[in-house]
Amino acid sequence: MSSQTETNLPTIPDHLKPRWYRLVASWESMLLVVAVVIFIINSFASPYFLDPWNLSDATFNFTEKALIAFAMALLIISGEIDLSVASIIALVSTAIGFAAQLGAGVPMLVVIGITVGLLCGAFNGLLVTGLGLPSIVVTIGTMSLFRGISYMVLGDQAYTDYPAELSYFGQGYVWWVISFELLLFLVTAIIFGVLLHKTSFGRAVTIIGNNATGALFSGIRVGRVKFILFLLTGLMSAIAAICLTSRLGSTRPSIAFGWELEIITIVVLGGVNILGGSGSIAGVFIASFVLGMVTFGFGLLNVPGIVMSIFVGLLLISVIALPRLWTKYSGNK
Amino acid sequence: MLIRALKSREMILALAIAILIGLIAMQFPGFIAPDNLADAFNDTSPLIILALGQMIVILTRCIDLSVAANLALTGMLVAMINTQFPALPIPVLITIAIAAGTVMGAINGLLTWKLDIPPIVVTLGTMTIYRGLIFLLSEGQWINAHEMSDSFKALPRHEFLSLPLLSWIAIAITLAFIVLVARTPLGRAFYAVGGNPNAAVYAGIDVGRTQFLAFTLCGALAGLTGYLWVSRYAVAYVDIAGGFELDVVAACVIGGISIAGGVGTVIGAFLGAIFLGVIKNALPVIGISPFAQLAISGAAIIIAVAFNARSSRRKGRLILKHEEAVG
Repeated sequence: MSSQTETNLPTIPDHLKPRWYRLVASWESMLLVVAVVIFIINSFASPYFLDPWNLSDATFNFTEKALIAFAMALLIISGEIDLSVASIIALVSTAIGFAAQLGAGVPMLVVIGITVGLLCGAFNGLLVTGLGLPSIVVTIGTMSLFRGISYMVLGDQAYTDYPAELSYFGQGYVWWVISFELLLFLVTAIIFGVLLHKTSFGRAVTIIGNNATGALFSGIRVGRVKFILFLLTGLMSAIAAICLTSRLGSTRPSIAFGWELEIITIVVLGGVNILGGSGSIAGVFIASFVLGMVTFGFGLLNVPGIVMSIFVGLLLISVIALPRLWTKYSGNK
Repeated sequence: MLIRALKSREMILALAIAILIGLIAMQFPGFIAPDNLADAFNDTSPLIILALGQMIVILTRCIDLSVAANLALTGMLVAMINTQFPALPIPVLITIAIAAGTVMGAINGLLTWKLDIPPIVVTLGTMTIYRGLIFLLSEGQWINAHEMSDSFKALPRHEFLSLPLLSWIAIAITLAFIVLVARTPLGRAFYAVGGNPNAAVYAGIDVGRTQFLAFTLCGALAGLTGYLWVSRYAVAYVDIAGGFELDVVAACVIGGISIAGGVGTVIGAFLGAIFLGVIKNALPVIGISPFAQLAISGAAIIIAVAFNARSSRRKGRLILKHEEAVG
């Protein structure tokens, strides 16, 4: 969308900086420092913060969003975006609620939820790769369409009758303070980390983000990779929807409203280039902690949700703006 | 010439609107009563104004998702000023609304121009920031009809030739845009920047500055609509016009404004808004739940984009050449 009118070719250095220097000076290390600082500030701000159960509760603030953020990171690295994720949550949650009303058991609900999520992802993917439409517009459209279907089904009503066993996904604990969601978050992070950084599929995603035409001519099936990424985003949205529905125990059409903003903020804060081509799962992992801890800290200080959203918006813009200002005025272009 | 005009997108869209109205009128003749059509047009006027602003932003390859939040913030601002200083004349309030909207649009434009941040990210961020500021400004309170002065509420309702002033403002802005886009250097620059940014630079057009001006103009219109909206509905609260930015983008896309920039007409955006307006007004008449409206807007966006892509694909070679020039 932004126009690069001048061609400033990057100069290639004749030797790389030492490995330890690159590690310390990386975006991820800086984020880690920020995370630690926020952690310390929070523990001073409230005497209850350091309680293990409190910390465990705090993780619920970001685990569901982070699940989607991992898939979104891959999508953004490949040069696409999905603004419809929060609406997929609404539709999946509505589908589960509808099935639960008819007396479906927990395994059936999970299957239905994941199927609906995959269908939503496939729909986005088909429009983007099959018809060659820009993903921003397609997902703005499906953002209203998916949530709109929830509104058509539910109107001003809500589903609240869920089988008791469903609550495990959002409220269950695997061991001591380790919740099911936290474990799911950790496992997903590892899977996505391996997928992006250690497999040929992950390499393909990065290459497509850098030069889609070049990737096509090197034999990468660009359309298929992008389609899989949209499927993956739909799948992760469905899993997040199941966790969220289980945690809240109810479905309204306005569920997860505005989450796409926070999820994209996590991805960008994690150092993923919004124009595609680069990014790491480690960055997204730490960024989800940072955002989760900040909003949880605000919660402890009784800051209303809409004020937090101002902060998230400012964070999103400044995280992209500051490095650009830095390179612009520090002189070393 | 005549055949080309008949085959144009605008003509097809106008026909679609006529058929839609005809179908509704067959079941419910009351729908085409002049009074009802005038009401429907008046309801659609804010959408028309915003769609025109959005159109020039999209023409320059950007997008503004913050228009509804901009509208709500300026609306709340002028409503609060009005309750504090009821004696302040309305033209001053309108000036304040346009100024506030302009500043918010300029912020979007500056971030896009000077820092080269993708517009979708900028406006996604400013959308929540502006919306959040309404809460800080109003502390979550509502401003109700009885707190606003009578002249504040009267202006958009003021009738002239049996159409309310709100409708006339929309018509006037549409006419002004036809001139702006087709007959001024700035209007041509919007198309040039979106059509081919590289060529625009060589033609002596500052791409970033043109995008900045598009955002600023769009913000100014959103600010004006903020006052009109709040005074017409006589209420201001944090969530007014929530999600309306999607309707605005939908109106543009339905009207044939290409999201890739550089393609689209004022009449197209105008008709796109009318199309959505007819559907919105017809839903309660034909007995469909208003909750279906969000899904219909979404489906309309997708169908319109797919349709646009199909009609432009026939000129496949042109697109390849275009890629060559940009890449």
